[in-house]
This record gives sequence, structure tokens and C-alpha cells, in this order.
Amino acid sequence: MEFTLRALVTELHGILFGTFFLLAIYGLLIELYRTFFVKQPAMLTDKGQGIQNLYLIWMAVLGWAAVFSGAYIVYPWYRAVPPAGINIHAAGATNLLAYPRYFLLSSVTTAEWHNLGMEWKEHIAFIAVIAATMLAYVLIEYGHSIYQHPQVRTAVVVFASVAFISAGIAGLFGAMINKEAPVQGGTTIHLMGAAK
Amino acid sequence: MSEKTLTNGPAAAAILSSAIGCFILGVLTFWADVSKPFGKLLNFYNPTGPLSGVTTLGIAAWLTAWIILAALWGKKTVAIAKVNVTAYVLLGLSVLLSFPPFADLLMGK
Repeated sequence: MEFTLRALVTELHGILFGTFFLLAIYGLLIELYRTFFVKQPAMLTDKGQGIQNLYLIWMAVLGWAAVFSGAYIVYPWYRAVPPAGINIHAAGATNLLAYPRYFLLSSVTTAEWHNLGMEWKEHIAFIAVIAATMLAYVLIEYGHSIYQHPQVRTAVVVFASVAFISAGIAGLFGAMINKEAPVQGGTTIHLMGAAK
Repeated sequence: MSEKTLTNGPAAAAILSSAIGCFILGVLTFWADVSKPFGKLLNFYNPTGPLSGVTTLGIAAWLTAWIILAALWGKKTVAIAKVNVTAYVLLGLSVLLSFPPFADLLMGK
């Protein structure tokens, strides 16, 4: 059983950072929505507020880790250029496995995974993270006093909804693209069993 | 735990600046797609391509707007309803501009 370094880093980007960011936004959204239907909003203790603040900071940190690891580590591997002289439309799948972007573009049946999926996901993920950072700031800064500002609460829920949907789109396309054209290569890490 | 009393200015500054940052990101995404020379200008880091410039400038616009608006509104109560509507419009446009079929539609493709 072995895997490549690039595959490992791609999984860390997508599963550790991206999925946990998505889960954190989801949890925040549910909690925000729930608070619209409470008769008497509960005030947290200092420790409770601290735990909530830590959650919000981690949510933003996970988001930034996901987008920066994606844009500056995984994406360059994804868009690696095949050697000169290779006609991507005639190269055949095997020759392009190390060049996921070109592999997808080599066939009309997979090209939209790049043209729509990757082109959208690489940008919309940043919208999710900018929105999530704003949410963390506002919720930490205002704490329980946000109940004195109902319109701020409404904006927070709207932005949390957009951040959740945006992160979901980025995550879904990321998973599907990596299934169609996995990022591979780099050092091979052997875990167990017979090596190739 | 004591409850802080804050004006809505800091929240308004954070909400509107994040929407401005997202909108600039959306506009740059669209513009880099429309104009190849502009896309090359945004190629701040070659392995990442124009995405590096689009996101760097989008983040810079967001943080700059936040600093300016926080300085202006930090201790004030502002018309939050107008701020929210503006922010929702900018946020919606930013999502649309990042959506490739919408950008293609604007370009008449």
C-alpha cells in the first residue's frame, strides 16, 4: 500500500482543511438559524465565549489553509504543462496522467470539469473564506450583544449561507475533479505490503 | 459575563468590506477571462497563474476597504439596512461573476 506525496497533500487540502471548513460553516449556520427561534437567548460564560471564539477562529484558519494550500501547492501540480511537442488531443490518457488539467481538456467528455468546475471552484472558494473571516470577526467582537443588532444578525446569516454554499460548490467540484483526474506524482510513500 | 455595548459601525465596516473584496475578486476573475493581456498582468506567481493576482488583489481590496471603513465607522451608528442591501448586491454579483457560464454570457460566447 503506497501513495504519492502529491496525492497526500491534495487529500490534506481537500479533506483536512476543506471538509472541516465546510463542516465548521455548516455548524455555524445551524447555530445561527437556531438562535432566531429562541425565546430568551442564553448568555455564555467567559469560558463558553472563549470556546465559541476558538471555534470561529479555527473555522477561518481552516478556510485560509484550504484556499492557500489549494492555490499555491495543489493547483500548480494540477495545471502542470506537458512537455513541448505533445498534442493533448492525441496524446492518449496514459500520457497525460501527470497533467490533470490537460488530461481533462483532452476530451469533450471531461473538459467541462476544468472549464466549469475548476474555473468556478478556484475563485468561489475565496469568497467563502473572506465571508467566513468576516463572520468570525463580527461574532467574536459582538458576542452576546449581537442580539441588540438584529440587522447585523440577518447579514451574518446571509453571509454564512453564501459561504456555506460557496464552500460546498468548491468542495464538490474539488472531489469530483480529483476523482476524474487525480493529482499524482512526487515521492512515493510506502506504508505496507510489497513495494512496486 | 458582562455584555459589551457596541455601535453597529464595526460590523457594518466588516460586512461591507468583505462584500467589496468579494466583488473585486469577481470583477478581476471576469476581466482576466475576457482579456488575455490583463490575465498575464495578474500572473503574480507563474505556477498558479492569473489566479494568484486575482486573489491577491481581491484580498488587498477587502483589507484596504475594511481599514478605511473601520476608521470611518468604528464608533458610529450607520444606516445598516443600506449597508446590508449594498453588501448583498455586491456579494451576489461576485458569485455570478465567478460563475463561468455567466461570464461567457456577458462576453456573448
